[in-house]
Amino acid sequence: MGKLFGIVLTIIALASAYPIVMHHYVQPVDISRHGHLIDEQLSDTMVEAGLAFLGAQILLGFFVFKFSNRKAGAKIRNLPGGAKLVVVAAFIFVGTEIMALGVLGQKAWADVYFTSPKPDALQVQAQAGQFAFYFRYSGPDGKFGPLHPDKIDEGNANYFGLDPANDVEARDDIVSGEMAIPVNREVQLLMHAKDVNHSFYVRELRLQQDFVPGLDLALHFTATKTGKFEILCTQLCGLGHYNMKAYLNVLSQDDFDKWMKEKASQQ
Amino acid sequence: MSTAAQASTISQPRFAGNSEASRSGIWVAVFAITMSFAALTSALYVRQGSSDWSHIVVPPILYLNTLALLLSSLTMEIARRAKVRDLELTPSSLASPLAWLAATLALGMAFVAGQFFAWRQLAAQGLFLATNPNSSFLYVLTGLHAIHVLAGIAALVFLLGLMAGSHLTFRRHLLDNTAVYWHFMALLWLYLLFVIRTRL
Amino acid sequence: MEQTPVQASHVHAPPQGFLRKYVFSLDHKMIGKQYYGLALIAVFTGMALSWLMRFHLVWPDAKIPLLGSLAKTGAPGGVITPEYYLSLLTMHGTLMVFFVLTNAPFAGFGNYFLPIQIGAEDMAFPRFNMMSFWTTFLAFLVLIAAFFIPDGPPISGWTAYAPLSAIGKDAGPGLGWGQNLWAISIALFCVGQLLGSLNFIATTLDLRAKGMTLMRMPICTWAWFITSCIGLLAFAVLLPACLLLILDKTAGTSFFIPSGLVVSDRLQPHAGGSPLLWQHLFWFFGHPEVYIAILPAMGIVSHVLVTSMRKPLLSAKVIIYSMISIGFLSYMVWGHHMFVSGMNPFSSLLFSFPTLTITIPATIMTLIWLGSLYGANIRITAASLFALGFVSMFVSGGVSGFFLAQPSIDIYLHATYFVVGHFHMVMGVAAIFGILSGTYFWFPKMTGRMMNETLGKLHFWITFIGTYCIFMPFHYLGMVGNVRRLASFVNDFMPPLMPVHKFVTIAALITGAGQFIFLYNLIHSRFRGAPATENPWEGTSLEWTIPSPPPWNNFGDRPVVVYHDAHQIGVKGSKGDFVMQDSPEQLPAT
Repeated sequence: MGKLFGIVLTIIALASAYPIVMHHYVQPVDISRHGHLIDEQLSDTMVEAGLAFLGAQILLGFFVFKFSNRKAGAKIRNLPGGAKLVVVAAFIFVGTEIMALGVLGQKAWADVYFTSPKPDALQVQAQAGQFAFYFRYSGPDGKFGPLHPDKIDEGNANYFGLDPANDVEARDDIVSGEMAIPVNREVQLLMHAKDVNHSFYVRELRLQQDFVPGLDLALHFTATKTGKFEILCTQLCGLGHYNMKAYLNVLSQDDFDKWMKEKASQQ
Repeated sequence: MSTAAQASTISQPRFAGNSEASRSGIWVAVFAITMSFAALTSALYVRQGSSDWSHIVVPPILYLNTLALLLSSLTMEIARRAKVRDLELTPSSLASPLAWLAATLALGMAFVAGQFFAWRQLAAQGLFLATNPNSSFLYVLTGLHAIHVLAGIAALVFLLGLMAGSHLTFRRHLLDNTAVYWHFMALLWLYLLFVIRTRL
Repeated sequence: MEQTPVQASHVHAPPQGFLRKYVFSLDHKMIGKQYYGLALIAVFTGMALSWLMRFHLVWPDAKIPLLGSLAKTGAPGGVITPEYYLSLLTMHGTLMVFFVLTNAPFAGFGNYFLPIQIGAEDMAFPRFNMMSFWTTFLAFLVLIAAFFIPDGPPISGWTAYAPLSAIGKDAGPGLGWGQNLWAISIALFCVGQLLGSLNFIATTLDLRAKGMTLMRMPICTWAWFITSCIGLLAFAVLLPACLLLILDKTAGTSFFIPSGLVVSDRLQPHAGGSPLLWQHLFWFFGHPEVYIAILPAMGIVSHVLVTSMRKPLLSAKVIIYSMISIGFLSYMVWGHHMFVSGMNPFSSLLFSFPTLTITIPATIMTLIWLGSLYGANIRITAASLFALGFVSMFVSGGVSGFFLAQPSIDIYLHATYFVVGHFHMVMGVAAIFGILSGTYFWFPKMTGRMMNETLGKLHFWITFIGTYCIFMPFHYLGMVGNVRRLASFVNDFMPPLMPVHKFVTIAALITGAGQFIFLYNLIHSRFRGAPATENPWEGTSLEWTIPSPPPWNNFGDRPVVVYHDAHQIGVKGSKGDFVMQDSPEQLPAT
């Protein structure tokens, strides 16, 4: 039965690798400026992980195949090099991989988190609440009105708790259930949580960040292709979590201006 | 008679068990409790960063309670060092440590009573568990500490019961381990008092 | 002061009466079996919950028979609501991580075999041992009670992130008393585990028989010892965290809840708390917890492999030092669960390096297991198959960790099925394989009867192939961006992935059914299995020197003296190709 184990394991290992090698299940097309760094990292890691996976499984299968239920009196041998070889090999292989992946992997992370947004980045505020996303633009005055949680009134579409009567900056703010941005222009996303933890995830943007109640976080990115993309909530937020999503429209500058005019008129 | 032979003549000892193990046990317990309070300290440091962090004037009775606890540590140590014969404490040799242990118990109970009094004083000032983050931590830290002291008090009552009952002999390590725990309670309290005074 | 030898005075009297023997037992062997039994109930319950979840994901409108009457609010008419799905998910995770993976390999087998393997009569503190089991049992009852209250179990996941878990009923169903029961249950569980760890540590340090130096202890003894050290610190942190959560929920404090939250149209009265604080406290416990789940399995597998392959590992010392370093590093990596949580991004990089570094001892151990197989003569049994399967599963699960350890990649893969695939492979499969391997291996010792080997091997094949079919596809789903913890798949890109989900569900149901073969084997063999000898597998550690099952005081009244380590296999001994640990016969010169 040791032989069966070896054969089955080899088949399983190869079958597991097959969909990856054939690119059957891959990320969607990357539409962000920094995304290619993530995709490259992912791809490099896949190669190393894949080789380690296949190597280990096939070796395990082979050893069990060859060294199980041998005839009585078969000579017991030790691996040449013994434990020392193993330890040295582990340190060298894994050590170099760690250094490589750890150091090189910083690039994508740094691009998202350690760069400052451009001064002319379009500011969009996103509010996540049970169970919808709402987005706010500052309007012609370029300023966001303050938020008053006690003034939130979903029935009257006051999702953010704005007080235009008393706050001048809030009067021209534009609120929308879907997010639109111009292509190839940097966007700074200001993230505000209304009630519990949520998350902002757009697969094509290669972007994911939690909303934390009490913390106003900001994320910046640039979309490089137009289209309509799903924004998903990925942090468990209650019974409607599965259904919490919105759409990101990446538009040409003209289309975006039209969209803003239309939204402004609907406020 | 060697101690091994003495031990083997005891047919059904009520509190048998390896004395080394119980000493390891008490230190492990001390370590775990330290870790819990370390977690609470880090929670305090994080919470301190919020804008609603205020300040509490420590009720002065806490200092009196501290004195009681430190004195009880002293009496505990005297009880522990009182001359006893080898592994066992028999009734005739007990008079001295018995009195000091009783004093420890009294001082320990005074400490806990004093803490209750401190909580009443806080409540009188309008400071309850949920009033502000400072009061929350004050109650949580002092409350948890008091619960652990109560456990020590239970051990002291138990020990006194054994020593007062003349038909039993028992192992020296029970007294030693209770002392370790008790001193730890005092040290922990000094640490908590320091945190309370400087941070709350 | 002369050390009183353990055997001269008994730690407790021989048990008399039904209650003392089978219920409130002070005997570590009975307590170990009680923990194992509790884990068995928990695992079948947890599995049943997962079948309901998998069923619902691919057949969402199905009316599941019986469920409608068992869960009137959660599944009216037998159709699972989104909130009930999340309750199932929460309870599945909580049961499996706490009551199965911490109970069975550590508290179960560890309690039973650690004292025996070091030559002791019992644990150092039998009363604390009994208390620790009953505390754990109480914790289990409190948790299960959440199913029977009107509002149902919590929906916040086994991770119970605040403020969702701290706000109360306003935040959703099950978050009132359901969440309270959860927090109380886990707090009780912490107490039980702390008492248990205390026992393991004191026993290992102080009750070893003559000649049993630390380095002569079997590898699985070391694994239990290291696990208990990790557990001591981890559970000591979770306990106050649960307390603070309970206070936020019931006493109006604001440890984790900031101001200005509007939940269910109500402005919450809290202010100033930090949701990230809960995550830090939880994961500071949570990451070591997963090593608590896997280390005993690594120990058990090493132990089983040595006996099965008739030779020692390439180096037991290297395995032991690797386990120690894993234990140590496990405390430095918790932030890798929080890369995109809103925590300082610089911290994320800091956490990434020790996370990647843990790969080194893990790789060393895997290569030692692999390398030791070279030139061996492996006896294929159900126990050794599960041990070999563990190595395969550990590779699979470990390799996916490589991706998640890098913050850049985690931006894309966080909260997808890739993560679910990763942790199920290491915990839900590899650790379980360790438990199963230990069960087949030690059943003869514990009961005096052999399990049915044919059924055992059949169980292995179904489980081995089945779990690969269930969990390998999760990685593919994750690569596409399939988000986790979703009660239904309503995203635009999901329809082409549904056939994969269907395949997984069917594999899960078949694999689950296969576990009943194991249950049948366990019960049937207990009463009708072939009688077992003292040493059916020709092992060398001390458990194989006593009768099957062992007497109440393990070694009778004979003094135990140990002369060498437990790896004298593949040598010319007087009984065969092995020499028992307590045999004074001269070892052949190497």
